[in-house]
Parts: sequence; C-alpha cells; structure tokens
Amino acid sequence: MSFVSRGFRGKRRDEGPSGRVPPGQYLVDDFPVLSAGPTPRTPLEEWDFVITGAIAEPKRWSWDEFKALPSETVTKDIHCVTKWSKLDTVWEGVSLDTLLEDVESAAEYVVAFCDGGYTTNLPLEDVTDGKAWIAYGFDGEPLDPEHGGPARLLVPHLYFWKSAKWVRGLRLLDEDEPGFWESLGYHMYGDPWREQRYWGD
Amino acid sequence: MARAAVLGRLSPIAWQLGEVAELVDETARVKTLVLEVPDWPGHRAGQHVDVRLTAEDGYQAQRSYSIASAPEDERLAITVERLDDGEVSPYLAEELVVGDKLELRGPIGGYFVWEAGQGGPLLLVGGGSGIVPLVAMLRNRAASAASVPARLVYSARSPDDVIYRQELDRVAASDEELEVLYALTREQPAGWTGYARRVDEEILREVAYPSCEGIAFVCGPTRFVETVADGLVAVGYAPEQVRTERFGPTGG
Repeated sequence: MSFVSRGFRGKRRDEGPSGRVPPGQYLVDDFPVLSAGPTPRTPLEEWDFVITGAIAEPKRWSWDEFKALPSETVTKDIHCVTKWSKLDTVWEGVSLDTLLEDVESAAEYVVAFCDGGYTTNLPLEDVTDGKAWIAYGFDGEPLDPEHGGPARLLVPHLYFWKSAKWVRGLRLLDEDEPGFWESLGYHMYGDPWREQRYWGD
Repeated sequence: MARAAVLGRLSPIAWQLGEVAELVDETARVKTLVLEVPDWPGHRAGQHVDVRLTAEDGYQAQRSYSIASAPEDERLAITVERLDDGEVSPYLAEELVVGDKLELRGPIGGYFVWEAGQGGPLLLVGGGSGIVPLVAMLRNRAASAASVPARLVYSARSPDDVIYRQELDRVAASDEELEVLYALTREQPAGWTGYARRVDEEILREVAYPSCEGIAFVCGPTRFVETVADGLVAVGYAPEQVRTERFGPTGG
C-alpha cells in the first residue's frame, strides 16, 4: 500500500503481544457490546438447547440438564469485526464436542439460531475438535444478558459475530447457508487472520 | 448453496481515496468531514464506512464511522467525535485539513438502515454521537419521502453538545410530519421546556407512536441503547421493530 496518511503516526498502543492481534484490529480492555436489536430475556425454566436438522434423532437439553454436562474453562483471544480485539478472556461452558458426541450426521455445516431471531453459519469442522463452546460463564460470573447470557456460542478463532449471543440451538446442514450478518454483507467464513470481514474479502 | 457460491465470488469492497472537501465544526468535540469520493458506489441511510490510516512506516489503524450524508447528497460526510484517548478520531478531527486524502471503504452494514420503501412511522432515538446515522435517515427522508411521519428523540449532555442543532430545528419547524425532541441530561438553558433527564420508559411512552406502529432505530452508547431498546419493548414495540447500533467510547 503506497498511500500514507499525512501526519499520522498512530498511538501504537494496539500492537499487543506479537502474533495475537490480527490485521486491522486494536486491543481493548473493556468488553464492548454489539447487537442488532433489544436484548432477549428468556427465563431459564423456558430455556433449552437443541440440535436439529440433518440428524436422525434431534437432541434437547433443559437448562438444568445443560448445566449438568461436563464443562470446561477456557482462556481465549476474541476479535470483533468492528475492529476491537480482547485478549485472555475467560469463559466457562460446554464444548460442542460434548454436545455432538453421539450425533450421527453427514452434515458439513451448522447454523446457530438464537432468541431474538439471530442466526450465523459455520462449517461443522470449525465447531468441533476443541474449537467451540456454548458458554454460560464469563470471568467467573454467569454471562450477562447483554453479552449473550444465559448462553452464547463461543468460536474464538472466527470474528466474534460468529459467536452468536442468546444461542438456543444448532441446525445441522448438508450445504452452507448464510446467517443474519452473512446475508447482509458480512463474510461467510470470517477468519480474522485473513481479514475476511465482508463479502468478497 | 447457490447463494453461498454467489457471495463467495463477489469482489471485495475496495479501499479508495476520498479528498477532504470541507470540515465543519459541529461542537467542541465533534467535526464533520465532507469528502469527495470519486468512485463512491452509493449507500443507504444508516450504513457506515471503514476508515484506514497509514503511517510512514506502514503502521495502520482502522475504525468504522457512520455516514451522515443522505444517499442523495453529492458528497460523502462522516461526523467524528474526538475521543481524547483515541487513535484515529483525534487525527480525523484535528490533523486533517481540506485537500488531504483519506482512505476508506464502504458502504458497510445492511440492517441498521432505512429506505423510503420501508415506510414508517419512524421513531429515532439517539444518544450523543449516536445521532449521526439517524440524521442520515432524516436527510434521506427529507430528500425522498417527507410524508413518512418521523420523531427524533435526541439525548445530549448540554445544549453545546447537540450536533446538527440548527439543521434539526430548521427541518422540524418546516416539516409537519417531523418532530424533534431533546433530552438534555446534565445542563439545560434557562427556560428549557424539553426533557431534562436521560431517556427513560416514561419518555418512551410519551413519544411512542399509537399502537407502536412502524420502526424504531436506536443508536448511542451501550447503556443508552440497552435502556432505550428495553424501554421500547416495555411500552409495546415488538423486538423485531427495534433496530440498534452502538457507539462506545472504546478505541476511537
């Protein structure tokens, strides 16, 4: 890139530990909130998590059943397409490997669906083998509703819009189909290290 | 699959250079940059652009800014609040002069948008610099669909913090279908008859359209957006009628 912004030096506060901040991102210490509409508030007694779609026997867990599943605490860097990254965030939740353990399916994609109508699509291989969780705890506390509580998808290696807030289930699909932001100009895959922010990136 | 394949083939939203044609001081901390962008593909009210700054040594910083201009305007305008601890906003608000070039790409975003075809009535609730995409909607409405009823509730700390004050008062006075209401939360001028507190459920109940018809757009800092979006649902708006966008002090 040959263009130089006359007089711009930059604060360089953004570089962070080498190799941990993807291109075009800057570090934050707080935890910004983004969402397209009001924060849904589903009572826990009405909450469930389901796996449906291309699957012989759909699966369902109530909140109590879900909380009884083996959980993991993981520390991850997260990257939002609006340019902020946050390092070493600590989450507690259930690995998707646990949820998909007995699932027999030829599906190659999943769409996560949520209270409030939000959806996002991911390749199945991006949510298995220790790469994704349904998180219900953040920093040792229950996950705040504005950050996606009671539970959100956590897929830290992709831009954070893929980590759907207020998640209620996964639909297994044979073919990829765009979710909410993916239909509105955002990238189908969303790898922050390749800066796949928008269509065509 | 067909659709995914189409998306995959799209060419990227290209970075391009705009030239600063005009700078407008809106408030002590807020400036509007009017840009000449030769290859601008057009936009819808509510969308934003990504701005990228590059230092001599190649270091880059990117941020997103809401577009303030209407799709009908000849030049692209963004309105920038200078954040003291920011990296990009101080450059945009203080360093740039007319004739400088600025690298940008867009338009970005497809949900927090309004077009005349979506109709109304339109309830716009903005806090601080969250007014920017809402004013783009009002400008678009004035240019294309002035008969759509619209109501703006604009929360600012003090009269001096109100962006676009003259324009808003002027269009509100000349347009029977448009109402502009201010909530000045910290400091009000003598004789102030508008709201003198943060936007709350009671205010929203007063400004909501009968039967909560139409669409509501809410933009501002997180706390503001959470309160207003929850409040709108509490007074009867369905969640899918309420579209939100956040402006935080983060980064800048």
